[in-house]
Amino acid sequence: MNTEPLFLTFKLASLTTLILFGLALPLAYWLAYSKFRGKVLVEAIVGMPLVLPPSVLGFYLLLAFSPNHFFGNWIEEVFGLRLVFSFPGLVVASVIYSLPFMVYPLQAGLQALPASLREASYTMGKSAWTTFLKVLLPNAKSAILTALVLTFAHTVGEFGVVLMIGGNIPGVTRVASLAIYNEVEALNYPTANQYALVLFVITFAILLLVYSINNHLFRVRRPA
Amino acid sequence: MSDAPLELQLRHDLRTAAGPVTMEVALRLESGSITALTGPSGVGKTTLLRIIAGLVKPQSGRIAFGREVWLDTEQKIFQKPQLRQAGLVFQDYALFPHLSVEQNVAFALKKGQDPGRVDELLREVELTQLADRRPHQLSGGQQQRVALARALASRPRLLLLDEPLSALDRSMRQRLQDYLLEIQQRYQLTILLVTHDLGEIFRLADQVVEMETGKIKRQGTPEQVFAKVHSLADGPGLYGEVVSCKIENGQATVQALIAQKIHKFRLPADQAADLVPGRSFLLRYSVDTPVVEVIR
Repeated sequence: MNTEPLFLTFKLASLTTLILFGLALPLAYWLAYSKFRGKVLVEAIVGMPLVLPPSVLGFYLLLAFSPNHFFGNWIEEVFGLRLVFSFPGLVVASVIYSLPFMVYPLQAGLQALPASLREASYTMGKSAWTTFLKVLLPNAKSAILTALVLTFAHTVGEFGVVLMIGGNIPGVTRVASLAIYNEVEALNYPTANQYALVLFVITFAILLLVYSINNHLFRVRRPA
Repeated sequence: MSDAPLELQLRHDLRTAAGPVTMEVALRLESGSITALTGPSGVGKTTLLRIIAGLVKPQSGRIAFGREVWLDTEQKIFQKPQLRQAGLVFQDYALFPHLSVEQNVAFALKKGQDPGRVDELLREVELTQLADRRPHQLSGGQQQRVALARALASRPRLLLLDEPLSALDRSMRQRLQDYLLEIQQRYQLTILLVTHDLGEIFRLADQVVEMETGKIKRQGTPEQVFAKVHSLADGPGLYGEVVSCKIENGQATVQALIAQKIHKFRLPADQAADLVPGRSFLLRYSVDTPVVEVIR
């Protein structure tokens, strides 16, 4: 078994999770507390990858990233990056594809906190930023962990989008889910099984670990 | 400390269980006084506190604390809660679940404020033993005391208390009432507290404001508001709560809680008709006959 696809999968999932965490925190904060009327529109857009067939998303991303189109051309000229059939392209696509898996749990976690926690902090003279860091985030630990894990697991399981945008290039964009498909196509069931089993065991172990941490350490106990 | 009364005049639409109500309130709290805010649930007492603290922006009005203007909708002035820094004790206490009792209080300190203040406050509200506990490990009354200590930590000049002593047993409540009176005098603190407890109003308040569906219904000293004004010869009354009342041969024997002790006194039976257990009253002696007035 070639371990490269597995390595690529976990590299992609880790990077995607890291980048999304940074992007999603401010977005989730805004969605949780803003009173702006147009908020529902943003909420709907964030949720699109949940309902859109991955091939549809992959197809449009492929068009957008192509050097023949404005966005792909602009990225290539400004950053020297080609996003079609490349690993950076996979990362960008995964960030978009997994966005709701990061944003929604964070948003729900923040909204579940009693408003009085924020308000109490404000009346003590603490800024919104200090309140976010020292009051809200520590009390949303469990939601943060859920968001990180869901995003990671969802990226590991990606197939349609990476196939469309990455093109299944060995060592570059052939992640484990694609490798399994390739082996099955070639009637190489034992190798396919090895990949599949590794993904199965690792993702299950991560989930198990996370949920046991969530249950024991971060059990959110509120004053009665 | 300079003389800094809180003056406010507000108009704000409320959505209550009984439908929309417009709150219209004009109020003046003298510097260093205690004002009790009372009235049925859902008439806007908590909203009024939140407006003063800066957590709710009213449709129109003006709030000034001494020379500082906190709100003036005509001039588009709105000071954020961070700048007003009124000490606010929330009805649900709003303790930070991830911090210990000590850390909760320390969180409220201003930059550069002496950390020794935390120990001092914990001693005053009798929580030193529980300093390392988390809020969920405390009883309701203990949580309320943490919330009070935290609201006092940064030495606010205005203290807003939303039913601050409701979860406490009688003796702890009395000790904290004494404590409030003491800090109010020591720091010339202006206090506005929401309470339903008549005993508390009579013990603490210089001024009582009774609200009804967004408006002020009655306002004045506790005696003016809750007792009909008698002639001066009647003198001040004793506030009490009926424990039991037995009527025999035209004489009523009443046991009542007056100043935290059970007292017994006799009355003509016709005066005692309303004295069912739990009812509050004001007892006066005019010359030699006791006169009892039931408080509603």
